[in-house]
Amino acid sequence: MEKLVDKQKVVQNMMGRIIKNNFFKFIFFLSTLFGLIVLVVLLYRIFTQAIGWLDADFLQNFPSRRPERAGIKAGLVGSLWLMVIVAPVSLILGVGTAIYLEEYAKKNRFTDFIQTNISNLAGVPSIVFGLLGLTIFVRELGLGRSVLAAGLTMSLLVLPVIVVAAQEAIRAVPNQLREASYGMGATKWQTIYRIVLPAAIPGILTGSILALSRAIGETAPLVVLGIPTFIAYLPNGILDTFTVMPMQIYNWTGRPQEEFQHVAAAGIVVLLVVLIFMNSIAVFIRNKFQKRY
Amino acid sequence: MAMTDDHRSYSVREMIKENKKKQGGQQFVEWLMPKLLLLTAIVSILTTLGILFTLLFETFIFFERVSIVEFLTSKEWLPWNEEEGSFGIAPLVTGTLLTTGIAMIVAIPVGLASAIYLSEYASEKSRRIIKPILEVLAGIPTIVYGFFALTFVTPLLQKFIPDLGIFNALSPGIVMGIMIIPMVASLSEDAMSSVPNAIREGALGLGSTKLEVALKVVLPAATSGIAASFMLAISRAVGETMIVAVAGGSSPVFTFDVTQSIQTLTAYIVQVTTGDAGYGTTVYYSIYAVGMTLFVFTLLMNLLAQYISRRFREEY
Repeated sequence: MEKLVDKQKVVQNMMGRIIKNNFFKFIFFLSTLFGLIVLVVLLYRIFTQAIGWLDADFLQNFPSRRPERAGIKAGLVGSLWLMVIVAPVSLILGVGTAIYLEEYAKKNRFTDFIQTNISNLAGVPSIVFGLLGLTIFVRELGLGRSVLAAGLTMSLLVLPVIVVAAQEAIRAVPNQLREASYGMGATKWQTIYRIVLPAAIPGILTGSILALSRAIGETAPLVVLGIPTFIAYLPNGILDTFTVMPMQIYNWTGRPQEEFQHVAAAGIVVLLVVLIFMNSIAVFIRNKFQKRY
Repeated sequence: MAMTDDHRSYSVREMIKENKKKQGGQQFVEWLMPKLLLLTAIVSILTTLGILFTLLFETFIFFERVSIVEFLTSKEWLPWNEEEGSFGIAPLVTGTLLTTGIAMIVAIPVGLASAIYLSEYASEKSRRIIKPILEVLAGIPTIVYGFFALTFVTPLLQKFIPDLGIFNALSPGIVMGIMIIPMVASLSEDAMSSVPNAIREGALGLGSTKLEVALKVVLPAATSGIAASFMLAISRAVGETMIVAVAGGSSPVFTFDVTQSIQTLTAYIVQVTTGDAGYGTTVYYSIYAVGMTLFVFTLLMNLLAQYISRRFREEY
């Protein structure tokens, strides 16, 4: 019987292509690993540099010209103060905008315009927000280099992220819930306030915490606002000057003495621990409270 | 049962009316809330207007002192010289293009290859492990990357390139590229994952290998999404500040030499605002002109990305 398929020929034809496939699969895999390897190297470098410098004194000391006495207390407390403004302002504005766009807005040009505007704002470099804050909040409104001025600037910076996260969370609430609520005689706002928002809150919180952790790590806008790095007191209110962790790290990184690099590394570890803590809360909320309909 | 007149007066309609009177407060809330929420939505528009107007006004003042022709054509950026200062944006633009170019050389191939691996080769399980780790890379503050570039990558590169300065374009460019990998990878992967499986299976059924499916079928079908991710990556690199401010240096020179100290648009703004350039000086207003250049450039890239992904998207 004549062979319909010449196996040898098939193997001959296919081998090259299969080898090529496996070779590229390996290359693609290595590329994926590359990012992970850099992450490991980066963390390893920073932690080994920070060892010996990161102790209780470091957390309790104010900045100092002498590296062994420098501490991050002012920055750590300052970053918390920043959150006192950024968290409520950006949440109220962001969730408000999302509710308006998802529940009230009619599909028209104005709504489209707001939506496009938000996605464009998300792409504006953070340093440009710094210029906005410097002109409007620091100079025109005369807030100076205060917690309030920096907080408002940062709120506007993270606003688009929170809006988009809240919109997705609200959109994920199924319509049956709304209709059941209307069917029971509830009004629109009652439905939103008592049905939609509680169902959407886990998603909103997860997205918002991630946005807030971005605000904690952000440096560029605060540099432009002129937030000082060398402060030996804690702010007493939202109109006081203050400093934040990234600003102190920036300052230490730029100092010529070798020792300050270790101080900077110790500062980075504290910053990363705060960020990891916030991200874990976000993941916890997502896993614990997220309902699937 | 016969109803008395007294009972008849309690018709449903009247009950509703009476209820409405009681719920006057509720009605007010129903009327008020949409308006309040609209106000919060308008804040985002006001932010855009605020950015536009501050940049425009202050840039206008700058151009009253420095001619726009000099700004666009001069190849010298010497803002600190009171008498013979020169404000030609070109050196800052080349500095920005250099670091952005290097970042793209790193981020685009690696990011795209990661996207192909995650979308076409990886199992569901490994994807669920790798993606969150890559997102961690994107969540690290940029000042940390700046520190990493200055204290690790630059000394490492100096072993291979002895001429490399402490401040240079190469090191922050590479680190910026690494920072942008997750962005390219995840946006490109989204584009590739939205290509329907039927198309893949068709190609596999015709005897293609997975590589051929990825390169000849999925990539062409996802081109618009991938191109959009590149545009967004470029825009991100152009606007990136702290890495270049820490590791790129502050020498605005018109050069394409990646081993020497340069200055980007963003790094210049940082230099002026951390220094003590007095309010009202030409140097002070120059940061708005530089900021305007930055804003226009990133906005164009973002709009282009939106246009590409809308205009050229393949619908299945």
